[in-house]
Amino acid sequence: MAMIRLEALGRTFEVGGQQVRALDQVDLTIEAGEYLSIMGPSGSGKSTLLNVLGLLDTPSVGAYWLDGVNTSTMGDDQLAATRQAQIGFVFQSFHLVPRMTAAENVELPMLLAGIGGAERRERAHRSLAGVGLADRADHRPAQLSGGERQRVAIARAIVMQPRLLLADEPTGNLDTGSGAEIVRIMETLNERGLTLIVVTHDLQIGERARRRLRLRDGRVVEDLRAAQA
Amino acid sequence: MNGRELVRFATHSALSHRLRSVLTALGIGIGVTAVVLLTSMGEGLHRYVLEQFTQFGTNIIGINPGRSTTFGASTGIFGSVRPLTIDDAEALKRVPFVLNTVPVVQGTASVEGGGRERSTNISGVGPEFQTAFDFRVALGTFLPADDPRAPRPLAVLGAKMRHELYGERSPLGELLRVGGERYRVIGVMEPKGQVLGFDLDDTVYIPAARALELYNRQGLFEIDVLYDKAVPADEVVAGIERMIIARHGGLDVTITTQQQMLDVLGSVLDIVTFAVAALGGISLLVGGVGIFTIMTIAVRERTAEIGLLRAIGAGRAQIRAIFLGESILLAGIGGAGGLLVGGLTVVLLGVAVPALPVGIALPYVVAAEAVAVLIGLAAGVVPAQRAAALDPVEALRAE
Repeated sequence: MAMIRLEALGRTFEVGGQQVRALDQVDLTIEAGEYLSIMGPSGSGKSTLLNVLGLLDTPSVGAYWLDGVNTSTMGDDQLAATRQAQIGFVFQSFHLVPRMTAAENVELPMLLAGIGGAERRERAHRSLAGVGLADRADHRPAQLSGGERQRVAIARAIVMQPRLLLADEPTGNLDTGSGAEIVRIMETLNERGLTLIVVTHDLQIGERARRRLRLRDGRVVEDLRAAQA
Repeated sequence: MNGRELVRFATHSALSHRLRSVLTALGIGIGVTAVVLLTSMGEGLHRYVLEQFTQFGTNIIGINPGRSTTFGASTGIFGSVRPLTIDDAEALKRVPFVLNTVPVVQGTASVEGGGRERSTNISGVGPEFQTAFDFRVALGTFLPADDPRAPRPLAVLGAKMRHELYGERSPLGELLRVGGERYRVIGVMEPKGQVLGFDLDDTVYIPAARALELYNRQGLFEIDVLYDKAVPADEVVAGIERMIIARHGGLDVTITTQQQMLDVLGSVLDIVTFAVAALGGISLLVGGVGIFTIMTIAVRERTAEIGLLRAIGAGRAQIRAIFLGESILLAGIGGAGGLLVGGLTVVLLGVAVPALPVGIALPYVVAAEAVAVLIGLAAGVVPAQRAAALDPVEALRAE
């Protein structure tokens, strides 16, 4: 059974009294463990697709099956619980809470999930060590470089051991070197079985993915699979 | 996220804007301080007035002529009110459990003595007055137990009165003119102070029957009945009623027990305390507006954070709880600070100005803190609701 299945999915927004089709008739199947990039010009609907896949946005028409469950049947609390358990997010602007240390930021999802303090600290530490930031645990975001911030964000995204990692322009605010490091970390996670979906308009990064989607005007216009390396 | 973690989270975010949070909490704090201070003064006044009233004991029943009842039509001769007489006062001594009765006539008159003249209070009382009200004589004796209908013209001076007329000299045996009539001074009372503005020391005490003549009155102002503490007031009142009916042919007097007086007074003073508490409550309300404002700003500022929390698994209820928790925390801490400052001020006032009647009104203090927390809750509801209702995608886009 496919991990993700989209059927004739559409998402329309109302902008200034006009209906805008951000997504239009998208059919897509993604297997567990895939490494997928989504590319396309601005306004092509790639972020909307990522938000729908991440259960942050709900489709206007069509169906989204996640692990065989139709997500349109889920209530808001159930959607939140599914995000918590299954999906990790990495954002372009990191979205770290500035008043909290790196470790506290990583602990946040576990805090919301009601995991006890001792376990939280232990898992946060392990997760930070996994991205090579064990010695930065007590730093606040302002004291970290951009690359380090994004690594904290990755540590936070994977601390709940999700099956799906969604990255929206993860290198957009980073220099080339840090960006490459971030991509390498995510690819390592993918090699260990995490399904990885990256939205980017950086061709070099997009072409590293084994499967490449190209969107235009809300439609999938290209779905390329690279030969197994 | 359990309660303790929620508190920690709220404290954490409140501390990240230290000055702002302190100022917001201060708004509530000032409100609670105001409630504590104002109600303490109200309570102090309450205690002060009740003390003034109970200093003569609570086992006193007052009998006044006339009955405070409205009749539908003129009741003619049956409705007539007989004056309370000295004979009535004497007769009431025979009612069971009555220890003593004191006839009272009050007025003012010009008093001449020691070459000086002073307009002052005149109290026409019986010889039992001194023992009934626990009133001590400093010099000489109190009015003797003469025939109550024809007492000798003797007078006892209040402490201030003696000082005004005779200075340090002993007035015993001196002649005194009260409203033109000659009296001989036989005693001086110890200072007693004022009871609700009536200066007991600036008074001349003369026999009740003489005061009736002086003012050309038929009846007494009041008869005070002192009764055995161990007996319920109702039983004594019943006995007094029977006696009055037997003597007057009807119940044409108003009988007030000390307890009734205290009840009426107490309820008036309760209203005073409540009114000042309500005044303090207004400043609490203003503090609540402050919290509402700050929480609204906080939700706007932290929109991106709310989006993130939603993305990493926070339900709407959790977002609501986080912001409600923060506003309750601000109000609660402000309130606690207000209690502390208010309480300390009351204690310091009590030490610095002992004459000022203050006393902490505990129910109001507890209520003030509870109201502070409730205000925090109420002020937080709308911002928290707004935070919970945010669309995660929209919220994440805010930066």
